[in-house]
Amino acid sequence: MTGFVSLFRRLEGPQTVGRGPAFWSLFAIVLAIGLAYPLFSDGYTVGNTVYFFVWVFIALSLCLIWGYGGSLSFGQTAFFGIAGYGYGVLTLNFGAAYGFTLVAFVAAIAIAALFAVLLGYFMFFGRIAGVFLGIVTLAVTLMLERFMAQTAGPEWHIGSARLNGFNGMSAMPPLTIPWPGQPIVLFADVGLYYFVLGLLVFVYLALRILMNSSFGNVIVAIRENPERAEMLGYDIRKYQLITFVIGAALAGISGVLYTAWGQYITPSSMGMTAAALPLIWVAVGGRSDLTSTVVGTLVVLAAFQALTIYGSQYALVFMGVLLVLTVLIAPNGLVLGAMNWLGRLAARLTRRAG
Amino acid sequence: MSLLELRKLNKHFGGLHVTNAVDLSLEPGEIHCLIGPNGAGKSTLFRLILGEHHPGSGEILFAGENITALKSFARIHRGLSVKFQVPGVFKGLSVRQNLEIALQSHHRGAELEAEIVRLLGFLGLESEQAQRAGNLSHGQKQWLEIGMAISLKPRLLLLDEPTAGMSPEETHMTGEMVQRLNADGMTVLAIEHDMAFVRQVAQRVTVLHLGQVFAQGSIDEIVADERVAAIYLGQAHA
Ligand SMILES: Nc1ncnc2c1ncn2[C@@H]1O[C@H](COP(=O)(O)OP(=O)(O)OP(=O)(O)O)[C@@H](O)[C@H]1O
Ligand SMILES: [Mg+2]
Repeated sequence: MTGFVSLFRRLEGPQTVGRGPAFWSLFAIVLAIGLAYPLFSDGYTVGNTVYFFVWVFIALSLCLIWGYGGSLSFGQTAFFGIAGYGYGVLTLNFGAAYGFTLVAFVAAIAIAALFAVLLGYFMFFGRIAGVFLGIVTLAVTLMLERFMAQTAGPEWHIGSARLNGFNGMSAMPPLTIPWPGQPIVLFADVGLYYFVLGLLVFVYLALRILMNSSFGNVIVAIRENPERAEMLGYDIRKYQLITFVIGAALAGISGVLYTAWGQYITPSSMGMTAAALPLIWVAVGGRSDLTSTVVGTLVVLAAFQALTIYGSQYALVFMGVLLVLTVLIAPNGLVLGAMNWLGRLAARLTRRAG
Repeated sequence: MSLLELRKLNKHFGGLHVTNAVDLSLEPGEIHCLIGPNGAGKSTLFRLILGEHHPGSGEILFAGENITALKSFARIHRGLSVKFQVPGVFKGLSVRQNLEIALQSHHRGAELEAEIVRLLGFLGLESEQAQRAGNLSHGQKQWLEIGMAISLKPRLLLLDEPTAGMSPEETHMTGEMVQRLNADGMTVLAIEHDMAFVRQVAQRVTVLHLGQVFAQGSIDEIVADERVAAIYLGQAHA
């Protein structure tokens, strides 16, 4: 019981912006709007919104590994792809009956995490850090893309699932929840929306607790000064590996959800552009804070899509400009900068009132 | 039995012979100062003891155990702890959080809170606890890092120039801190250029020169040694 209470106390702490009744009231309001939103919209628009939510998990994975852990990884899209393809291969082979898509959901994420254990062990226990970590992870990502892109021939199949090279895999079943009478199929509309929203809230709160725990303390300590962290008796390689694996699992969640949402996945989801975009969302929002990452990612994605109507080349230029502006004006992120400013303002107002 | 024993430690950086067959042994409970000119190899010797560098040859024994092949964190678990020459505090985090990270592997919950408060008092950093460690003065950073190092309740505390950048009063206070820790049973090995500090705390002094143990003895013997004066103390430090 006390363990449970102390777990909840970890929802707030030095590693996460936002505390106190004001913050949590706002959180509750935003959540209520999120829950009510499908009632005031149509299935197509809701399905489109799910698409935005899907990407938040991979953004959170970068927030964890890069923002909190200080290791810039380009490998998140690789884990995204592995989990996405994993889901496709599993469900195309074993179908959607008996809740198997949910098993495939978990299994595909586990495969991505397992891959991260191998890659991460090699990197962190080999003491690869800094820019070399970025290079190794990018190389792995692009290798995977190249590899998947050349699997067009019929000889490239796993069981009955053809990999299909550059065209990618498609027609895998959506997530399906077994239900007495009739299973609930989560097509890309209201059903999937609630599933993803629920998962997002759960992951967000769990990560808040994790980052404000003693584990999170060690992660930011490693970012600040790995040598000092080790000389406090922490085996930093172990902490870095665990963080990397959790990050891979989060990216994997995005990969599976993306695949289940659109019922397709292609190698370009592991390409250069796909690897760069999450970095921009996270950098613009504020990589060292979970809330800033979530808000920043959703805002940038929405802006990106609004601009795509006028042509995707403008949207990409806009992203570039946004990144440059962030680096110049608020290197820690625009959303995080704004939230800190609001926090200081609120503090000043309460002091004046008190 | 010695607490720490270095046997014929050799370390090369390319052609540079940084430590040359260094023998050194520390008795439990002593405060031992390591002095010598810039570049003598003092900090390198610490890094060898801590496992950040590995010696080309020689052995390191801690409490009788050969730790030469152990990883750094494992040596810390055996009872070693260090304050680096360049303060290694977590600059982006608050003073309080710095201490929490150091203390959390030994304390939890209310006990952890009490320990943080006690340590803030010991270091005289109560009013700075919410500040970013990067905003502290150089001397305060030194104290904070000493605080982090002693959080682990080490059997041997390594201090690399603990008083650099401190005023004479602050230096004296640091000396008293070290003496208090020593009175509680902590063995201390300190690298220091400030001879007032060495005179205040050292029970034994070792002079390192060009990677070799050049002289060893009480502070009075060392100061009286003309050879030491010629290579080191004859300079501004005396
Ligand atoms: N990682 C390294 N690679 C190459 N040379 C090094 C390295 N670390 C130290 N050295 C060299 O080894 C020699 C000893 O350095 P060390 O830092 O141990 O000296 P020190 O006695 O601590 O000096 P100071 O009093 O200035 O701190 C110096 O010449 C230094 O330039
Ligand atoms: Mg030195």
